Amino acid sequence: MIVLKKVNKHFGKLLALDQVDITMDAGKSYALIGPNGSGKTTLIKSILGMVIPSSGEIIVDNENIKNHWKYRDKIGYMPQIGRYPENMRIGQIIDMMKNIRRNIKDTDEELIQAFNLSKILDKRMHALSGGTRQKVSAALAFLFHAPILILDEPTAGLDPVSVEILKEKILKEKDKGKLIMISSHILSDLDELSTDIVYLFEGKIQYNNTIANLKEETQEERLGKAMAAYINQNALQHTLQD
Amino acid sequence: MKTILLCLLLIYCPLLLLSKTIVVDSNGQIRSLKRAIELASAGDTVLVKSGTYKEGNLIIEKSITIIGENFPILDGEHKHEIFTIHANDINISGLEFRDTGTSSMNDLAAIKVLDSKRVTIIGNKFSNSFFGIYFANSSNCRIENNQLKASALAEYEIGNGIHLWKCEQITIDNNRIEGHRDGIYFEFVTNSFIKNNHSERNLRYGLHFMFSHNDEYTNNSFINNGAGVAVMYTKNVKMYGNTFQQNWGAAAYGLLLKDIRDSEVIGNHFIKNTIGIYQEGVSRTVFENNNFYENGYAIRLQASCDDNTFKRNNFSSNTFDLATNGTMVLNTIDGNYWDKYQGYDMNKDGIGDIPFRPVNLYAMIVERIPSAVLLWRSFLVLLMDRAEKVIPVATPENLKDNAPSMKPYDRSKKS
Amino acid sequence: MARIIKYIFYDILRTRFILLYTLFLLIATIALFQLDSDVGKVIMSLMNIVLMVIPLVSIVFTTIHFYNSYEFIELMLAQPVNRKVIFLSEYISTALSLCIAYLIGVGLPIILYGVTPSSLTLIYTGLMLTLVFVSLAFLASVLTRDKAKAIGVTLLFWFYFSLIYDGLLLWVIYSFSDYPLEKLTVALVALNPIDLARIMMLLKLDISALMGYTGAFYQNFFGSYWGMLFSTGVLSLWIIFPLFLGTRIFIKKDL
Repeated sequence: MIVLKKVNKHFGKLLALDQVDITMDAGKSYALIGPNGSGKTTLIKSILGMVIPSSGEIIVDNENIKNHWKYRDKIGYMPQIGRYPENMRIGQIIDMMKNIRRNIKDTDEELIQAFNLSKILDKRMHALSGGTRQKVSAALAFLFHAPILILDEPTAGLDPVSVEILKEKILKEKDKGKLIMISSHILSDLDELSTDIVYLFEGKIQYNNTIANLKEETQEERLGKAMAAYINQNALQHTLQD
Repeated sequence: MKTILLCLLLIYCPLLLLSKTIVVDSNGQIRSLKRAIELASAGDTVLVKSGTYKEGNLIIEKSITIIGENFPILDGEHKHEIFTIHANDINISGLEFRDTGTSSMNDLAAIKVLDSKRVTIIGNKFSNSFFGIYFANSSNCRIENNQLKASALAEYEIGNGIHLWKCEQITIDNNRIEGHRDGIYFEFVTNSFIKNNHSERNLRYGLHFMFSHNDEYTNNSFINNGAGVAVMYTKNVKMYGNTFQQNWGAAAYGLLLKDIRDSEVIGNHFIKNTIGIYQEGVSRTVFENNNFYENGYAIRLQASCDDNTFKRNNFSSNTFDLATNGTMVLNTIDGNYWDKYQGYDMNKDGIGDIPFRPVNLYAMIVERIPSAVLLWRSFLVLLMDRAEKVIPVATPENLKDNAPSMKPYDRSKKS
Repeated sequence: MARIIKYIFYDILRTRFILLYTLFLLIATIALFQLDSDVGKVIMSLMNIVLMVIPLVSIVFTTIHFYNSYEFIELMLAQPVNRKVIFLSEYISTALSLCIAYLIGVGLPIILYGVTPSSLTLIYTGLMLTLVFVSLAFLASVLTRDKAKAIGVTLLFWFYFSLIYDGLLLWVIYSFSDYPLEKLTVALVALNPIDLARIMMLLKLDISALMGYTGAFYQNFFGSYWGMLFSTGVLSLWIIFPLFLGTRIFIKKDL
């Protein structure tokens, strides 16, 4: 469903993505991991068209996304740090989003209910805590039944109850056959949510396989340990000064 | 009406016995004006009925009166001078003169008056004359209520509307002159009056005035003439209540004064001229109660002018109020109203407490580099001007109005 | 597009700056009309406001607004919305709100106190200058990532067009005053939208002075039907070109 072919991205001298080749299919859930600055967010933003690759092509649902924008109605995106017009109220933002994707009549408001957002719809964005913002971001990502969900650090800043709600929601959507892409530092979360693992280091994809295979290779039960073992084997950690 | 006529008949009976009226009518007994003039003797009246008369040049050397009824047309067929007058006490009225000849050798005119006295030319029409009314070496004459209209395109194709040379005691009143070379031309004409005339769209000057002392012109309008009005080499001329308007062009002035002495320019209106008054070699002349409105330069005062007084004039909405090429200040400009004045009046006597310097720095720059006019009203120029106002460097420091009026002088009241 | 414009417009109105700007223009204009009964003189004073304040406010406000709406732009970019639509919506909303402020602040009093050809020209040039400087601000904003730097650049734009350029022009005219410069100066004037607007006003206010020797050339050129078309055309280019360039850059920009 999402195919990246030899995608490169330079920011000046920095090579943020280096010959990234990857194919992601519907019905699977991909865990995108890697140290800080390894290019996770750049990769996500490239798929969303917010960052334009220096070379290579990105294909979403059989369509090259270059200079296209319609394909984004297939994507629900939850940013790492939700930034919203500070003057607007939660309700207004939700309405605005609905208004922009007017073609989708049947919206998924489960998370709005589950996070109790409907009670604070008249709160302005600048008055919200980081956690509440995350809830808004999550609710917006799932709002339109998008077949592709891209979640950038979804659980960061959320309280444990909300994390559970979100996890349940993700699993539920995965079971509906959606393509889910999650970047996170919290590997235990990913263990439950993901089927596949993509490890990004210095802009390169170092590892791309199912979690089951990784565990088998490393003979570890938990994803965290398995990943650590893999990283140690391949000396892919940054040196200590980081 | 009839009784009045009867009374007149009785009163003038003795005179009437002597003088007679000869009727010229294209269907009557006497069909030509020429014949009528031959028949007439001094004191007679020739009454011309309406019609068109093509009789070439008519020379009138008798003291007669020629009156037109319903404007009979005297056609010069583009070849002839129409009337040549050479006698005293001649009156011409109610005629229409049309299409005189043109010549670069002779000054062909619709009416030419030579060496005569007491000639009156009243209420005639002139169309496409080369010269309209031409007086030479005559005196005590009146030119009133005439309309002169021509439509030449170039100065050399046409003569002046009313042209006077070496005359005295002439009154020119309520004429309308359009499309000639000079509307009114005065050379060596003294003790005369020009009043209530309207001179518009003439190719050169609305009024051209030279070596003509002790004259007065009042309440005339000079509008949209090629170069405005020129008054030159003259002393003791009075210019009252005239309007100079829309004289536009590189060498166009509302009023050009050159070598003028002991004169008065009072109560005139200068509106939308490229230069309101251009002065060169003007001395001992008073400029008072004039209005300058929306001119490019209200006044350009060349350094050769001295001892002039400017007071109680209103300057408003002019691009530049005063420009000069000199640094010496030999004229008095106290007590005018300047709309650009930004001073204050603490003692409320209607007079600004700080002097006003009407000479603008940028006007001096434009004087030297005309292209620079393009930057007028830009922020840069504004700053330059402000700086110059604080510390005058280039503009004459002493050229200032020491008693600027806070309010424009009201012209509706008699003062 | 209309929906997005609506949201941005709503957002701009809420900052209250536009309201203050409208009020400032309104008070200044009415005060000038009260102080002086001569409409011609008021127009002259207003012209200084139009030539100085309008470009400055337009360019600075637009730049600040653009950076303040980064969140909004980011949010929109994750949605199925064309980038060009987002950018143009931003332009239209900003330009529209500034134009409305100008029309209410300056246009309304002018209409109430009496319309003359020069006041209509003033309204027209003010609107054109607003559009030009909003365009330039958008270009400056997409060229840099940093808000402070962008505001610096826009101030420089303003300073350049309202002062430095004229200084250079005067220098050129002065240095080459022995040569026939009319055509060259016309070309040079076209390179500065503020000068162009100013000359359109000069033709109404200082027609008499412009009828002098070289002035007559400018009068003939700018005052003719073709001249008006030329000025309008060049001002339109000043609006369209930076906007076009800005759109091109924005479409390829990483956010």
